[in-house]
Amino acid sequence: MSVVSQDTTFLGYRRENGRVGVRNFVVVLPLDDLSNAAAEAVAHNIKGALAIPHPYGRLQFGADLELHFRTLIGAGCNPNVAAVVVIGIEDGWTKKVVDGIAATGKPVVGFGIEGHGDHDTIMRASKAAREYVQWASEKQREPCPIAELWVSTKCGESDTTSGCGANPTVGNAFDKLHPLGNYLCFGETTELTGGEQIVAARCASDEVRRQFMFMFDRYQKVIDRHKTSDLSDSQPTKGNIAGGLTTIEEKALGNIQKIGKVCTVDGVIDKAETPTHPGLWFMDSSSAAAEMVTLCAASGYAVHFFPTGQGNVIGNPILPVIKICANPRTVRLMGEHVDVDTSGLLQREINLDQAGDRLLECMLRTANGRLTAAEALGHREFVLTRLYESA
Amino acid sequence: MVERLPREPALIHCVLHDAADTVAVVVVEGVSAGTAMTGWVMDDDRTIALEARQDIPIGHKVALRDMAPGDTVVKYGIDMGKVVAPIRRGEHAHVHNIKTKRW
Repeated sequence: MSVVSQDTTFLGYRRENGRVGVRNFVVVLPLDDLSNAAAEAVAHNIKGALAIPHPYGRLQFGADLELHFRTLIGAGCNPNVAAVVVIGIEDGWTKKVVDGIAATGKPVVGFGIEGHGDHDTIMRASKAAREYVQWASEKQREPCPIAELWVSTKCGESDTTSGCGANPTVGNAFDKLHPLGNYLCFGETTELTGGEQIVAARCASDEVRRQFMFMFDRYQKVIDRHKTSDLSDSQPTKGNIAGGLTTIEEKALGNIQKIGKVCTVDGVIDKAETPTHPGLWFMDSSSAAAEMVTLCAASGYAVHFFPTGQGNVIGNPILPVIKICANPRTVRLMGEHVDVDTSGLLQREINLDQAGDRLLECMLRTANGRLTAAEALGHREFVLTRLYESA
Repeated sequence: MVERLPREPALIHCVLHDAADTVAVVVVEGVSAGTAMTGWVMDDDRTIALEARQDIPIGHKVALRDMAPGDTVVKYGIDMGKVVAPIRRGEHAHVHNIKTKRW
Protein backbone atom coordinates (compact mmCIF):
# COMPACT_ATOMS: atom_id res chain seq x y z
CA MET A 1 0.00 0.00 0.00
CA SER A 2 1.66 3.20 -1.19
CA VAL A 3 1.62 6.38 0.89
CA VAL A 4 -0.32 8.05 -1.93
CA SER A 5 -3.74 7.26 -3.39
CA GLN A 6 -6.51 9.14 -5.17
CA ASP A 7 -7.71 10.31 -1.73
CA THR A 8 -4.39 11.87 -0.70
CA THR A 9 -4.43 15.62 -0.28
CA PHE A 10 -1.86 18.32 0.41
CA LEU A 11 -2.20 21.88 1.66
CA GLY A 12 -1.67 24.29 -1.21
CA TYR A 13 -2.46 27.81 -2.36
CA ARG A 14 -5.13 27.83 -5.05
CA ARG A 15 -4.45 30.59 -7.55
CA GLU A 16 -6.81 32.69 -9.67
CA ASN A 17 -6.46 30.36 -12.67
CA GLY A 18 -7.15 27.22 -10.63
CA ARG A 19 -3.53 26.01 -10.42
CA VAL A 20 -2.20 25.06 -7.00
CA GLY A 21 1.09 26.30 -5.55
CA VAL A 22 3.01 25.16 -2.48
CA ARG A 23 4.80 28.45 -1.81
CA ASN A 24 3.47 32.00 -1.68
CA PHE A 25 6.19 34.22 -3.11
CA VAL A 26 5.91 37.85 -4.15
CA VAL A 27 8.56 37.99 -6.86
CA VAL A 28 10.42 41.05 -8.09
CA LEU A 29 11.33 39.96 -11.61
CA PRO A 30 13.96 41.83 -13.63
CA LEU A 31 13.36 41.78 -17.38
CA ASP A 32 17.08 42.17 -18.05
CA ASP A 33 20.54 42.37 -16.49
CA LEU A 34 20.31 46.16 -16.18
CA SER A 35 17.29 45.90 -13.88
CA ASN A 36 18.81 43.54 -11.31
CA ALA A 37 20.02 46.38 -9.07
CA ALA A 38 16.58 47.96 -8.80
CA ALA A 39 14.89 44.57 -8.32
CA GLU A 40 17.28 43.65 -5.52
CA ALA A 41 16.81 47.07 -3.91
CA VAL A 42 13.03 46.56 -3.87
CA ALA A 43 13.44 43.10 -2.30
CA HIS A 44 15.76 44.68 0.27
CA ASN A 45 13.18 47.36 1.11
CA ILE A 46 10.17 45.09 1.32
CA LYS A 47 10.42 42.12 3.66
CA GLY A 48 8.93 39.04 2.06
CA ALA A 49 9.56 40.17 -1.52
CA LEU A 50 11.94 37.94 -3.49
CA ALA A 51 14.16 39.27 -6.30
CA ILE A 52 15.32 36.73 -8.88
CA PRO A 53 18.21 38.37 -10.71
CA HIS A 54 19.74 36.94 -13.89
CA PRO A 55 22.30 38.11 -16.45
CA TYR A 56 20.33 38.26 -19.73
CA GLY A 57 17.60 40.01 -21.70
CA ARG A 58 19.38 42.46 -23.99
CA LEU A 59 19.74 42.16 -27.77
CA GLN A 60 18.48 38.61 -27.88
CA PHE A 61 16.48 37.74 -30.99
CA GLY A 62 14.47 35.00 -32.66
CA ALA A 63 13.97 31.70 -30.86
CA ASP A 64 16.45 32.73 -28.14
CA LEU A 65 14.39 35.84 -27.34
CA GLU A 66 11.17 33.83 -27.39
CA LEU A 67 12.69 31.43 -24.88
CA HIS A 68 13.76 34.37 -22.70
CA PHE A 69 10.19 35.70 -22.58
CA ARG A 70 8.71 32.22 -22.14
CA THR A 71 11.00 31.53 -19.19
CA LEU A 72 10.36 34.85 -17.41
CA ILE A 73 6.62 34.78 -18.04
CA GLY A 74 6.49 31.11 -17.04
CA ALA A 75 8.32 31.80 -13.78
CA GLY A 76 5.88 34.62 -13.02
CA CYS A 77 2.91 32.38 -13.85
CA ASN A 78 4.17 29.55 -11.62
CA PRO A 79 1.53 28.84 -8.95
CA ASN A 80 4.19 29.05 -6.21
CA VAL A 81 4.16 32.79 -6.99
CA ALA A 82 1.33 34.91 -5.55
CA ALA A 83 2.12 38.21 -7.25
CA VAL A 84 4.83 39.77 -9.40
CA VAL A 85 6.53 43.16 -9.76
CA VAL A 86 8.37 43.32 -13.10
CA ILE A 87 11.18 45.84 -13.61
CA GLY A 88 12.78 46.40 -17.02
CA ILE A 89 15.04 48.98 -18.57
CA GLU A 90 12.24 50.10 -20.91
CA ASP A 91 8.46 49.84 -20.99
CA GLY A 92 7.81 47.79 -24.13
CA TRP A 93 9.35 44.43 -23.24
CA THR A 94 8.44 45.01 -19.57
CA LYS A 95 4.78 45.22 -20.59
CA LYS A 96 5.13 42.05 -22.65
CA VAL A 97 6.17 40.12 -19.53
CA VAL A 98 3.48 41.79 -17.40
CA ASP A 99 0.78 40.92 -19.95
CA GLY A 100 1.96 37.31 -20.12
CA ILE A 101 1.76 36.88 -16.37
CA ALA A 102 -1.54 38.81 -16.13
CA ALA A 103 -3.21 36.05 -18.18
CA THR A 104 -3.20 33.92 -15.01
CA GLY A 105 -5.29 36.55 -13.22
CA LYS A 106 -2.66 37.05 -10.51
CA PRO A 107 -1.64 40.56 -9.43
CA VAL A 108 1.24 41.86 -11.58
CA VAL A 109 2.59 45.31 -12.41
CA GLY A 110 5.60 46.53 -14.38
CA PHE A 111 7.98 49.48 -14.17
CA GLY A 112 10.38 50.78 -16.82
CA ILE A 113 13.55 52.49 -15.61
CA GLU A 114 14.30 54.76 -18.61
CA GLY A 115 13.06 58.32 -18.02
CA HIS A 116 12.79 57.68 -14.28
CA GLY A 117 16.10 56.36 -13.00
CA ASP A 118 16.68 53.76 -10.33
CA HIS A 119 15.57 55.89 -7.34
CA ASP A 120 12.12 56.69 -8.64
CA THR A 121 11.64 53.17 -10.05
CA ILE A 122 12.67 51.54 -6.77
CA MET A 123 10.27 53.81 -4.86
CA ARG A 124 7.28 53.06 -7.09
CA ALA A 125 8.05 49.36 -7.34
CA SER A 126 8.54 49.12 -3.57
CA LYS A 127 5.09 50.61 -2.98
CA ALA A 128 3.57 47.97 -5.26
CA ALA A 129 5.61 45.17 -3.68
CA ARG A 130 4.57 46.25 -0.19
CA GLU A 131 0.90 46.05 -1.15
CA TYR A 132 1.38 42.62 -2.75
CA VAL A 133 3.30 41.21 0.22
CA GLN A 134 0.62 42.27 2.68
CA TRP A 135 -2.11 40.94 0.38
CA ALA A 136 -0.33 37.61 -0.15
CA SER A 137 0.37 37.17 3.56
CA GLU A 138 -3.35 36.66 4.14
CA LYS A 139 -3.63 33.82 1.64
CA GLN A 140 -4.48 30.51 3.31
CA ARG A 141 -3.52 26.98 2.35
CA GLU A 142 -6.38 24.61 1.57
CA PRO A 143 -6.60 20.84 1.05
CA CYS A 144 -6.04 19.96 -2.61
CA PRO A 145 -6.12 16.58 -4.38
CA ILE A 146 -2.66 15.12 -4.92
CA ALA A 147 -3.19 15.08 -8.69
CA GLU A 148 -2.98 18.88 -8.64
CA LEU A 149 0.66 18.78 -7.57
CA TRP A 150 2.97 19.15 -10.58
CA VAL A 151 6.27 17.31 -10.03
CA SER A 152 9.44 17.59 -12.13
CA THR A 153 12.78 15.78 -11.92
CA LYS A 154 16.39 16.26 -12.96
CA CYS A 155 19.48 14.72 -11.36
CA GLY A 156 22.89 16.27 -10.83
CA GLU A 157 26.46 15.49 -9.83
CA SER A 158 25.41 11.95 -10.50
CA ASP A 159 27.58 8.98 -9.75
CA THR A 160 26.99 5.28 -10.01
CA THR A 161 24.91 5.28 -6.81
CA SER A 162 22.46 7.59 -8.62
CA GLY A 163 21.66 4.83 -11.08
CA CYS A 164 21.47 2.17 -8.35
CA GLY A 165 19.61 4.07 -5.66
CA ALA A 166 18.59 7.72 -5.93
CA ASN A 167 17.23 7.73 -9.50
CA PRO A 168 15.22 4.48 -9.16
CA THR A 169 13.68 6.03 -6.02
CA VAL A 170 12.37 8.89 -8.14
CA GLY A 171 11.22 6.35 -10.73
CA ASN A 172 9.31 4.42 -8.09
CA ALA A 173 7.61 7.64 -6.90
CA PHE A 174 6.76 8.60 -10.51
CA ASP A 175 5.30 5.13 -11.11
CA LYS A 176 3.00 5.74 -8.11
CA LEU A 177 2.02 9.31 -9.09
CA HIS A 178 1.46 8.64 -12.79
CA PRO A 179 -1.78 6.62 -12.34
CA LEU A 180 -3.15 9.35 -10.04
CA GLY A 181 -3.11 11.89 -12.86
CA ASN A 182 -0.19 14.07 -11.78
CA TYR A 183 1.67 16.26 -14.23
CA LEU A 184 5.25 14.91 -14.26
CA CYS A 185 8.33 16.06 -16.17
CA PHE A 186 11.85 14.94 -17.04
CA GLY A 187 14.35 16.24 -19.61
CA GLU A 188 18.16 16.46 -19.93
CA THR A 189 18.20 15.66 -23.64
CA THR A 190 21.89 14.88 -24.15
CA GLU A 191 22.00 12.84 -20.95
CA LEU A 192 19.74 10.29 -22.61
CA THR A 193 22.50 9.52 -25.14
CA GLY A 194 22.94 5.77 -25.19
CA GLY A 195 19.50 5.19 -23.68
CA GLU A 196 17.36 7.15 -26.14
CA GLN A 197 15.82 3.98 -27.55
CA ILE A 198 14.63 3.03 -24.05
CA VAL A 199 12.82 6.35 -23.74
CA ALA A 200 11.47 6.03 -27.30
CA ALA A 201 10.08 2.60 -26.43
CA ARG A 202 8.27 4.09 -23.43
CA CYS A 203 6.48 6.77 -25.49
CA ALA A 204 2.70 6.42 -25.33
CA SER A 205 2.16 6.84 -29.08
CA ASP A 206 4.01 6.99 -32.37
CA GLU A 207 3.44 10.75 -32.49
CA VAL A 208 5.01 11.29 -29.06
CA ARG A 209 7.90 9.03 -30.12
CA ARG A 210 8.40 11.04 -33.31
CA GLN A 211 8.44 14.30 -31.32
CA PHE A 212 10.87 12.86 -28.76
CA MET A 213 13.30 11.61 -31.41
CA PHE A 214 13.06 14.98 -33.21
CA MET A 215 14.13 16.77 -29.99
CA PHE A 216 16.83 14.18 -29.28
CA ASP A 217 18.30 14.38 -32.79
CA ARG A 218 18.10 18.18 -32.78
CA TYR A 219 20.25 18.33 -29.63
CA GLN A 220 22.75 15.76 -31.01
CA LYS A 221 23.27 18.15 -33.94
CA VAL A 222 24.11 20.94 -31.48
CA ILE A 223 26.76 18.70 -29.93
CA ASP A 224 28.11 17.65 -33.33
CA ARG A 225 28.28 21.27 -34.50
CA HIS A 226 30.29 22.55 -31.54
CA LYS A 227 32.24 19.63 -30.16
CA THR A 228 36.03 19.66 -30.18
CA SER A 229 36.42 16.21 -28.61
CA ASP A 230 34.30 13.28 -27.45
CA LEU A 231 33.10 15.59 -24.64
CA SER A 232 35.02 13.46 -22.16
CA ASP A 233 35.95 16.64 -20.30
CA SER A 234 32.36 17.79 -19.81
CA GLN A 235 29.93 14.87 -20.29
CA PRO A 236 30.30 12.98 -17.99
CA THR A 237 31.37 15.89 -15.78
CA LYS A 238 34.53 15.86 -13.70
CA GLY A 239 32.28 15.26 -10.68
CA ASN A 240 30.58 12.33 -12.42
CA ILE A 241 33.95 10.80 -13.24
CA ALA A 242 35.22 11.34 -9.69
CA GLY A 243 32.08 9.50 -8.61
CA GLY A 244 32.84 6.56 -10.88
CA LEU A 245 30.73 7.25 -13.98
CA THR A 246 32.82 6.48 -17.06
CA THR A 247 30.80 7.16 -20.23
CA ILE A 248 27.78 9.18 -21.36
CA GLU A 249 25.99 5.89 -22.05
CA GLU A 250 26.45 4.75 -18.45
CA LYS A 251 25.30 8.13 -17.18
CA ALA A 252 22.23 8.03 -19.44
CA LEU A 253 21.24 4.52 -18.40
CA GLY A 254 21.34 5.66 -14.77
CA ASN A 255 19.52 8.89 -15.59
CA ILE A 256 16.63 7.02 -17.22
CA GLN A 257 15.91 5.17 -13.97
CA LYS A 258 14.09 8.37 -12.96
CA ILE A 259 11.14 7.60 -15.22
CA GLY A 260 10.40 4.38 -13.40
CA LYS A 261 9.49 1.03 -14.80
CA VAL A 262 5.89 1.51 -15.98
CA CYS A 263 5.26 5.25 -16.60
CA THR A 264 4.60 6.07 -20.22
CA VAL A 265 6.02 9.22 -21.79
CA ASP A 266 2.78 10.99 -22.62
CA GLY A 267 3.93 14.21 -24.24
CA VAL A 268 6.87 16.29 -25.42
CA ILE A 269 7.42 20.01 -24.82
CA ASP A 270 10.08 22.45 -25.86
CA LYS A 271 12.02 24.40 -23.23
CA ALA A 272 9.78 26.25 -20.71
CA GLU A 273 6.55 25.32 -22.48
CA THR A 274 3.54 24.41 -20.36
CA PRO A 275 2.20 20.86 -20.60
CA THR A 276 -1.44 20.58 -21.60
CA HIS A 277 -2.64 17.37 -19.97
CA PRO A 278 -1.70 15.06 -17.07
CA GLY A 279 1.02 12.45 -17.49
CA LEU A 280 4.79 12.26 -17.85
CA TRP A 281 6.27 14.91 -20.14
CA PHE A 282 9.67 14.99 -21.76
CA MET A 283 10.99 18.55 -21.94
CA ASP A 284 13.88 19.22 -24.29
CA SER A 285 16.47 20.86 -22.06
CA SER A 286 20.05 21.37 -21.13
CA SER A 287 21.39 18.91 -18.60
CA ALA A 288 22.98 21.69 -16.54
CA ALA A 289 21.21 21.57 -13.20
CA ALA A 290 20.22 25.17 -12.63
CA GLU A 291 19.14 25.65 -16.27
CA MET A 292 16.94 22.57 -16.25
CA VAL A 293 15.35 23.28 -12.85
CA THR A 294 14.67 26.89 -13.91
CA LEU A 295 12.96 25.58 -17.07
CA CYS A 296 10.81 23.27 -14.91
CA ALA A 297 9.81 26.26 -12.77
CA ALA A 298 8.90 28.15 -15.94
CA SER A 299 6.81 25.21 -17.18
CA GLY A 300 4.70 25.49 -14.04
CA TYR A 301 6.04 22.66 -11.88
CA ALA A 302 5.54 23.15 -8.13
CA VAL A 303 7.90 20.56 -6.56
CA HIS A 304 11.13 19.11 -7.92
CA PHE A 305 12.86 15.77 -7.27
CA PHE A 306 16.65 16.11 -7.53
CA PRO A 307 18.64 12.90 -7.04
CA THR A 308 22.36 13.38 -6.54
CA GLY A 309 25.32 11.10 -6.02
CA GLN A 310 28.34 13.29 -5.36
CA GLY A 311 26.28 16.06 -3.79
CA ASN A 312 24.94 18.80 -6.09
CA VAL A 313 23.80 21.66 -3.82
CA ILE A 314 21.38 23.39 -6.23
CA GLY A 315 18.11 25.09 -5.33
CA ASN A 316 15.71 27.40 -7.12
CA PRO A 317 14.06 30.62 -5.95
CA ILE A 318 10.48 29.54 -6.64
CA LEU A 319 10.57 25.74 -7.07
CA PRO A 320 11.33 23.70 -3.92
CA VAL A 321 14.09 21.21 -4.78
CA ILE A 322 14.04 17.91 -2.84
CA LYS A 323 17.43 16.16 -2.79
CA ILE A 324 17.61 12.39 -2.82
CA CYS A 325 20.94 10.63 -2.23
CA ALA A 326 21.95 6.97 -2.06
CA ASN A 327 25.70 7.49 -1.67
CA PRO A 328 26.53 6.82 2.00
CA ARG A 329 29.73 8.88 1.76
CA THR A 330 27.88 11.93 0.43
CA VAL A 331 25.17 11.54 3.06
CA ARG A 332 27.89 11.45 5.71
CA LEU A 333 29.94 14.37 4.37
CA MET A 334 27.16 16.62 3.00
CA GLY A 335 24.13 15.61 5.04
CA GLU A 336 22.80 19.14 5.32
CA HIS A 337 21.96 19.05 1.61
CA VAL A 338 20.09 15.73 1.64
CA ASP A 339 16.32 15.59 2.17
CA VAL A 340 15.82 11.87 1.52
CA ASP A 341 18.60 9.38 2.34
CA THR A 342 18.12 6.18 0.33
CA SER A 343 21.61 4.76 0.91
CA GLY A 344 19.99 1.80 2.69
CA LEU A 345 18.93 0.56 -0.76
CA LEU A 346 22.51 -0.39 -1.61
CA GLN A 347 22.82 -2.65 1.43
CA ARG A 348 19.32 -4.15 0.98
CA GLU A 349 18.25 -2.53 4.27
CA ILE A 350 15.22 -1.04 2.51
CA ASN A 351 13.62 -1.94 -0.78
CA LEU A 352 12.78 0.32 -3.68
CA ASP A 353 9.13 0.50 -2.76
CA GLN A 354 10.03 1.77 0.70
CA ALA A 355 12.51 4.27 -0.74
CA GLY A 356 9.85 5.60 -3.12
CA ASP A 357 7.41 6.00 -0.25
CA ARG A 358 10.00 7.92 1.79
CA LEU A 359 10.36 10.34 -1.10
CA LEU A 360 6.59 10.71 -1.48
CA GLU A 361 6.25 11.41 2.25
CA CYS A 362 8.93 14.08 1.93
CA MET A 363 7.14 15.46 -1.14
CA LEU A 364 3.87 15.84 0.80
CA ARG A 365 5.60 17.49 3.76
CA THR A 366 7.40 19.84 1.38
CA ALA A 367 4.15 20.62 -0.41
CA ASN A 368 2.51 21.35 2.94
CA GLY A 369 5.15 23.95 3.67
CA ARG A 370 8.23 22.27 5.15
CA LEU A 371 11.35 23.93 3.76
CA THR A 372 13.71 21.73 1.76
CA ALA A 373 17.41 21.62 2.61
CA ALA A 374 18.16 23.84 -0.39
CA GLU A 375 15.54 26.39 0.70
CA ALA A 376 16.86 26.46 4.27
CA LEU A 377 20.41 26.89 2.96
CA GLY A 378 19.35 29.79 0.72
CA HIS A 379 19.99 28.19 -2.68
CA ARG A 380 18.16 30.29 -5.26
CA GLU A 381 19.87 29.52 -8.55
CA PHE A 382 17.83 31.08 -11.36
CA VAL A 383 19.62 30.40 -14.62
CA LEU A 384 18.20 31.20 -18.03
CA THR A 385 18.99 28.94 -20.98
CA ARG A 386 20.50 30.72 -23.99
CA LEU A 387 20.29 29.21 -27.48
CA TYR A 388 22.96 31.36 -29.22
CA GLU A 389 24.81 34.71 -29.26
CA SER A 390 23.05 38.04 -28.80
CA ALA A 391 22.71 40.30 -31.87
CA MET B 1 11.34 -5.45 -6.21
CA VAL B 2 13.60 -6.66 -3.39
CA GLU B 3 12.21 -8.01 -0.15
CA ARG B 4 13.64 -7.07 3.22
CA LEU B 5 16.33 -9.53 4.15
CA PRO B 6 16.58 -11.45 7.40
CA ARG B 7 18.42 -9.57 10.15
CA GLU B 8 22.21 -9.15 10.01
CA PRO B 9 22.62 -9.21 6.23
CA ALA B 10 26.14 -9.73 4.95
CA LEU B 11 27.94 -6.57 3.86
CA ILE B 12 27.40 -5.90 0.16
CA HIS B 13 30.57 -4.57 -1.45
CA CYS B 14 29.30 -4.13 -4.98
CA VAL B 15 26.04 -4.07 -6.93
CA LEU B 16 25.16 -5.41 -10.39
CA HIS B 17 21.99 -4.22 -12.06
CA ASP B 18 21.62 -7.18 -14.39
CA ALA B 19 23.00 -10.72 -14.40
CA ALA B 20 24.61 -10.03 -17.80
CA ASP B 21 26.62 -7.04 -16.53
CA THR B 22 30.39 -7.21 -16.97
CA VAL B 23 31.06 -4.53 -14.35
CA ALA B 24 29.64 -3.86 -10.86
CA VAL B 25 29.47 -0.72 -8.71
CA VAL B 26 31.41 -0.62 -5.45
CA VAL B 27 29.02 0.64 -2.77
CA VAL B 28 31.24 0.71 0.31
CA GLU B 29 34.34 2.68 1.20
CA GLY B 30 37.66 0.97 1.73
CA VAL B 31 37.74 -1.76 -0.94
CA SER B 32 41.42 -2.52 -1.53
CA ALA B 33 43.52 -5.09 -3.39
CA GLY B 34 42.72 -8.47 -1.91
CA THR B 35 39.30 -7.58 -0.45
CA ALA B 36 36.94 -10.55 -0.71
CA MET B 37 33.83 -8.93 -2.15
CA THR B 38 30.18 -9.89 -2.06
CA GLY B 39 28.28 -8.65 -5.12
CA TRP B 40 24.50 -8.28 -5.18
CA VAL B 41 22.66 -8.82 -8.47
CA MET B 42 19.71 -6.45 -8.08
CA ASP B 43 17.53 -7.89 -10.85
CA ASP B 44 17.39 -11.44 -9.52
CA ASP B 45 18.40 -10.76 -5.89
CA ARG B 46 21.26 -13.21 -5.57
CA THR B 47 24.87 -12.69 -4.61
CA ILE B 48 28.21 -13.45 -6.23
CA ALA B 49 31.76 -13.50 -4.84
CA LEU B 50 34.93 -12.01 -6.28
CA GLU B 51 38.26 -10.66 -5.10
CA ALA B 52 39.38 -7.07 -5.73
CA ARG B 53 42.78 -6.91 -7.45
CA GLN B 54 43.16 -3.16 -6.89
CA ASP B 55 41.96 -0.39 -4.54
CA ILE B 56 38.57 0.76 -5.82
CA PRO B 57 36.84 3.90 -4.46
CA ILE B 58 33.17 3.84 -3.52
CA GLY B 59 31.00 4.43 -6.61
CA HIS B 60 33.65 3.18 -9.00
CA LYS B 61 33.34 -0.05 -10.96
CA VAL B 62 34.99 -3.41 -10.59
CA ALA B 63 35.38 -5.69 -13.63
CA LEU B 64 33.54 -9.01 -13.31
CA ARG B 65 35.47 -10.73 -16.11
CA ASP B 66 38.62 -10.36 -18.16
CA MET B 67 38.05 -7.99 -21.09
CA ALA B 68 40.12 -7.04 -24.14
CA PRO B 69 40.28 -3.79 -26.14
CA GLY B 70 37.25 -3.54 -28.42
CA ASP B 71 34.99 -5.52 -26.09
CA THR B 72 31.63 -4.00 -25.19
CA VAL B 73 31.11 -3.17 -21.52
CA VAL B 74 27.66 -4.15 -20.25
CA LYS B 75 25.84 -2.45 -17.36
CA TYR B 76 22.06 -2.45 -16.74
CA GLY B 77 22.23 -5.30 -19.25
CA ILE B 78 23.00 -2.67 -21.91
CA ASP B 79 26.03 -1.42 -23.88
CA MET B 80 27.76 1.37 -21.89
CA GLY B 81 30.94 1.74 -23.96
CA LYS B 82 34.03 -0.02 -25.23
CA VAL B 83 37.17 -1.38 -23.62
CA VAL B 84 40.32 0.54 -24.66
CA ALA B 85 42.93 -1.19 -22.45
CA PRO B 86 42.99 -4.77 -21.13
CA ILE B 87 41.02 -5.30 -17.91
CA ARG B 88 41.19 -8.33 -15.63
CA ARG B 89 38.42 -9.56 -13.36
CA GLY B 90 38.63 -7.74 -10.03
CA GLU B 91 40.35 -4.66 -11.47
CA HIS B 92 39.19 -1.05 -11.39
CA ALA B 93 37.16 -0.32 -14.55
CA HIS B 94 36.94 3.38 -15.40
CA VAL B 95 38.06 6.11 -17.83
CA HIS B 96 41.59 4.66 -18.08
CA ASN B 97 40.31 1.48 -19.72
CA ILE B 98 36.75 2.27 -20.98
CA LYS B 99 35.53 4.95 -23.46
CA THR B 100 32.21 6.05 -24.90
CA LYS B 101 31.07 4.77 -28.31
CA ARG B 102 29.20 8.04 -28.93
CA TRP B 103 30.31 11.54 -29.88
